[in-house]
Amino acid sequence: MNLHEFQAKELFESYDLPVSKRGLIRKLSDVDSAIASIDFSNGCVAKVQAHTGGRGKVGGVKLCKNKEEIENFVNSWLGKKIITNQTDEAGLPVNIISIDELTDIDSELYMSLIVDRADKCVSMIVSKAGGMNIEEVAETNPEKILKLKFKHNVQVLEQYINELSSKLDFNTNQTEQFKKIVKNTHKLFVEKDLSLLEINPLVITSSGDLHCLDAKINVDENALYRQEEISGQRDPSQEDQREYEAKQHDLSYVSLDGNIGCMVNGAGLAMGTMDTIKLYDGEPANFLDVGGTATKERVGEAFKLILSDKNVKGILVNIFGGIVRCDLIAEGIIGAINDIDVNVPIVVRLQGNMSDEGKILLNNSGLNVIGEDSLMKASQKIVELVK
Amino acid sequence: MSILIDNKTKAIFQGFTGSQATMHAAQCIAYGTNIVGGVTPGKGGQQHLNLPVFDNVKEAIDETGANTSVIFVPARFSKAAIVEAAENGIKLIICITEGVPVLDMIEVIDVLNNNRGSRLIGPNCPGVITPGEAKLGIMPASIHKKGSVGIVSRSGTLTYEAVNQTSEVGLGQSTCVGIGGDPINGTSFIDCLKMFQEDSQTESIVMVGEIGGTAEEEAAEYIKDNITKPVVSYIAGVTAPKGKRMGHAGAIISGGKGTAQDKFKALESAGVSVVTDLNLIGSKLVELLK
Repeated sequence: MNLHEFQAKELFESYDLPVSKRGLIRKLSDVDSAIASIDFSNGCVAKVQAHTGGRGKVGGVKLCKNKEEIENFVNSWLGKKIITNQTDEAGLPVNIISIDELTDIDSELYMSLIVDRADKCVSMIVSKAGGMNIEEVAETNPEKILKLKFKHNVQVLEQYINELSSKLDFNTNQTEQFKKIVKNTHKLFVEKDLSLLEINPLVITSSGDLHCLDAKINVDENALYRQEEISGQRDPSQEDQREYEAKQHDLSYVSLDGNIGCMVNGAGLAMGTMDTIKLYDGEPANFLDVGGTATKERVGEAFKLILSDKNVKGILVNIFGGIVRCDLIAEGIIGAINDIDVNVPIVVRLQGNMSDEGKILLNNSGLNVIGEDSLMKASQKIVELVK
Repeated sequence: MSILIDNKTKAIFQGFTGSQATMHAAQCIAYGTNIVGGVTPGKGGQQHLNLPVFDNVKEAIDETGANTSVIFVPARFSKAAIVEAAENGIKLIICITEGVPVLDMIEVIDVLNNNRGSRLIGPNCPGVITPGEAKLGIMPASIHKKGSVGIVSRSGTLTYEAVNQTSEVGLGQSTCVGIGGDPINGTSFIDCLKMFQEDSQTESIVMVGEIGGTAEEEAAEYIKDNITKPVVSYIAGVTAPKGKRMGHAGAIISGGKGTAQDKFKALESAGVSVVTDLNLIGSKLVELLK
């Protein structure tokens, strides 16, 4: 789950991390109170709040010198959509604008904390190449990327942070500030179950202080049950509506651009099914994992979800029953077709747990559902049917 | 021979009396697996599936001599369950549970590093089966056949697909291991490849990966220098968009890294026979073994 920049900054403040004061604008009449809440003597930076990077490149971040410029910015963005190189064509709705106090910047760094899969720990990445696309830096100048693994005791960590500070050319004051930032971001990361914390850029101000100019936070979905406060900050408007709807029914769904809807049990097989469709010259419309404990109701919901995508011209159901019983899936399919108006062809492949019973149910249903034994044949069939 | 489990394995279930555990324990027992009891705190002294229930792992080990545990407890209790098993000397811990917070897994790995006698498989995995000997997991028994292919996979249902094909072409399986789809797990591809290489029953290996992380690339590096048995590999997620979590917490292409193409390339350059069509795993093996 992602947070907005202003939400991330509020969390940063509660961990004593240096961020700019800001005011929030949800409607035009909020501009005065937002200005009043910050030091506006030098102007401010107006920032569109949306779950995407690359906002600056499309005019979603702007220096505003007076109230009129803020109002123009608000009028041009509020209620509109922002489309960046990181969003899809539809973009994301802009419902909130933040105005941040100005910071005089001397230099920019990059800093992030991640779950380090290879080393099985939390790691920090820091680089003097700030403000840029860090993936590109990693590709072209890997030596500019420094790493710290949170695997060691306090004394060893302290020593590593000192070494990093000297590589980053920090003076004594900055080293002390950096230590505090490292410790507090790590504390925040662990206490709030984050999967990513990114400060890009972390700047050195003209007065020589370290300052977090941007803040990005992703939270581990699996840990939301113990992060109530953060769960409450979820902004469904920033999520794909079908993906959000799917979550409410414990389904895992990702929309794609094709026309063949897929319903599969298991994430790996769901990807494998998409790949197979593509291999046989079809285009998958979605990833959908109905999960290991698929019930009749969930299968029905899955069908509704797939069909809510108007591009879908046919559906491939691929179930390899381990936990899930194929006869229940068959009942769900029959129930769904009877309940909702399904007028696209459906090819069903059932294998594993109770698959013979499932196939008998489908064949005796009198519905226009084509059963296949192999995924290869089933994929070829659905590709042919949507042509 | 086989790897990890056989007919001498003595296993308990943690979270024994829950509905999923009950259903799967019954199937494992029906398969002939030596299940000796289970743990559900507060239900010690009861009988379940005609087996003794214990309040904790220590009592279960003391009374039954169990050396393996299958964990079915809810995600929020999984860390404690794995740690309890490891600290009491369970040699093989198989965690089926999906949805364990990733920071819990980091803590678990630290504990396992300090209890070197214990190996964790999973979490978020289908478990382990040595056909004809023991089944400890949620895989459908009927598709398996005792044989010569070692299978290791990050995905449950894709494992079944590989199993089914190797059974259909008559090769069968030595042992099948689902290592799980989470970003941080206990046992890696490399651990399993090493065991398969040393196992006399295993004559060839199927490795099923998916997008996200670099486990497949690391495995490719290992195969190049250490594996002499034929390896067939399939990677799911060629069509997956960047930045989206594809069901498994670990299946996400982040920062352009962890794509299926990267993994195919690494594996091919390590001499692995890569299939881009998951339907061809079985026939590719037959071709290689001719």
